[in-house]
Amino acid sequence: MRIDNHIILGKDERKEMVEIKVDGKTIQAKKGEMISAALIANEIRINRYTVKKKEARGIFCGIGQCTDCVMLVNGKPNVRTCVTPVEDGMIINTQYGLGRKE
Amino acid sequence: MVVDENLRVGGQLFKQIHKFFGSSAHQAGIRGIDIASKLLEEARECGVEVWLNSVVVGLFKEKKVAIKKKLSDDSEKLEIIQAKKIVIATGASEDAVRFKGWTLPGVMGAGAAQTMINVNRVLPGKRILMIGSGNVGLIVTYQLLQAGAEVVGVVEAAPQIGGYGVHAAKIRRAGVPIYTSHTILEARGDKGVEGAIICEVNDKWQPIKGTEKVFKVDTITIAAGLKPLIEIGMMHDCKCSFVPQLGGWVPLHDENMESSNSGIYLAGDTTGVEEASTALEEGRLAGTAIAEALKYVSLEEARKLKNEIWQRLNELRMGPFGKARMLAKNEILVGYKKRSKSLFK
Repeated sequence: MRIDNHIILGKDERKEMVEIKVDGKTIQAKKGEMISAALIANEIRINRYTVKKKEARGIFCGIGQCTDCVMLVNGKPNVRTCVTPVEDGMIINTQYGLGRKE
Repeated sequence: MVVDENLRVGGQLFKQIHKFFGSSAHQAGIRGIDIASKLLEEARECGVEVWLNSVVVGLFKEKKVAIKKKLSDDSEKLEIIQAKKIVIATGASEDAVRFKGWTLPGVMGAGAAQTMINVNRVLPGKRILMIGSGNVGLIVTYQLLQAGAEVVGVVEAAPQIGGYGVHAAKIRRAGVPIYTSHTILEARGDKGVEGAIICEVNDKWQPIKGTEKVFKVDTITIAAGLKPLIEIGMMHDCKCSFVPQLGGWVPLHDENMESSNSGIYLAGDTTGVEEASTALEEGRLAGTAIAEALKYVSLEEARKLKNEIWQRLNELRMGPFGKARMLAKNEILVGYKKRSKSLFK
């Protein structure tokens, strides 16, 4: 869910949108926002599944320290989505295990 | 020059949308985001070169710094910078609490939630349970409410609230219950948080059976303290000491913020988790000491400036909350002196 109006920060002035593809589905993202923010805005919170136990993981630290939110971005595995901005046409996929380079 | 691995400067200041505390000498009454903008302006006026998206990957003797710099075409380049003096101000990272289900999507650091709502402007959840009632827990709870979320409660293992009364009062007025002497037992859910179970703890911090409470929540945020990020200092063999009151292992420093490695200075949470206001003052202290050492200011001028900064630092470390930090910080100065006598003669 997006916070369009904020009592302290005011109105969200970022109008320009881009399109990204997440697991084959096209979603709207604000230009320049972090991938994880776009995912949360679209109610997606599973970024990857772990190697051994195949457990779901989402964002944890939000500042690029913990690497829990890594995904396959344009075919590249282990991209920290909380500190990587979206780009128009970006292809993002849920990462299974260590990720396969495509 | 300033090197930062992030895409923007300011560290965590840009998510501090609350007004700061203390007296006007300590930026009280000003919101963190506005302080950050002001500092950035000051740095720009001084002609500071800022490298963003750049990671320090090596720190060598003779003060050579290896930096992995991201270029505009997305390629990376390794640059070596020869510095006269270095300040390490790498901050801290959040501590986690482990409980059943703590790895489920929807369990996150309170700081992560704060980044999401105040910087990225998205709500990580609609119904949230906060673990920890220190200032981070209390302030982020309030900011989650401001962002439009519902916070069902704040859970605190200690018998009393950890943070300032004024922050606790704000969320209590908003109707958020604070469960002291409680801990989290479990996060429930299959592929994400769907609920949480908390219970009372006894005076030995152990769960009391039969006191469980169940909440229907989609997010659990953890505010259980911070730990200094000291890797760069350690990599360069800056002598460290374990000081629990400051978050764990911290590099030692003298009254000028200089570490056991001559010419390498420290500032902020990396040398002990405190508050943004003390971090700002420590940065100014290190800067003044460096300007003095490089003869940009006279000895008398530097002494005067440093005395003023120390006075402000001492004021910030007073009162029931500041005193423990003052004592711990003194331990670092004493530790430095002891170490310097025995180790680096």
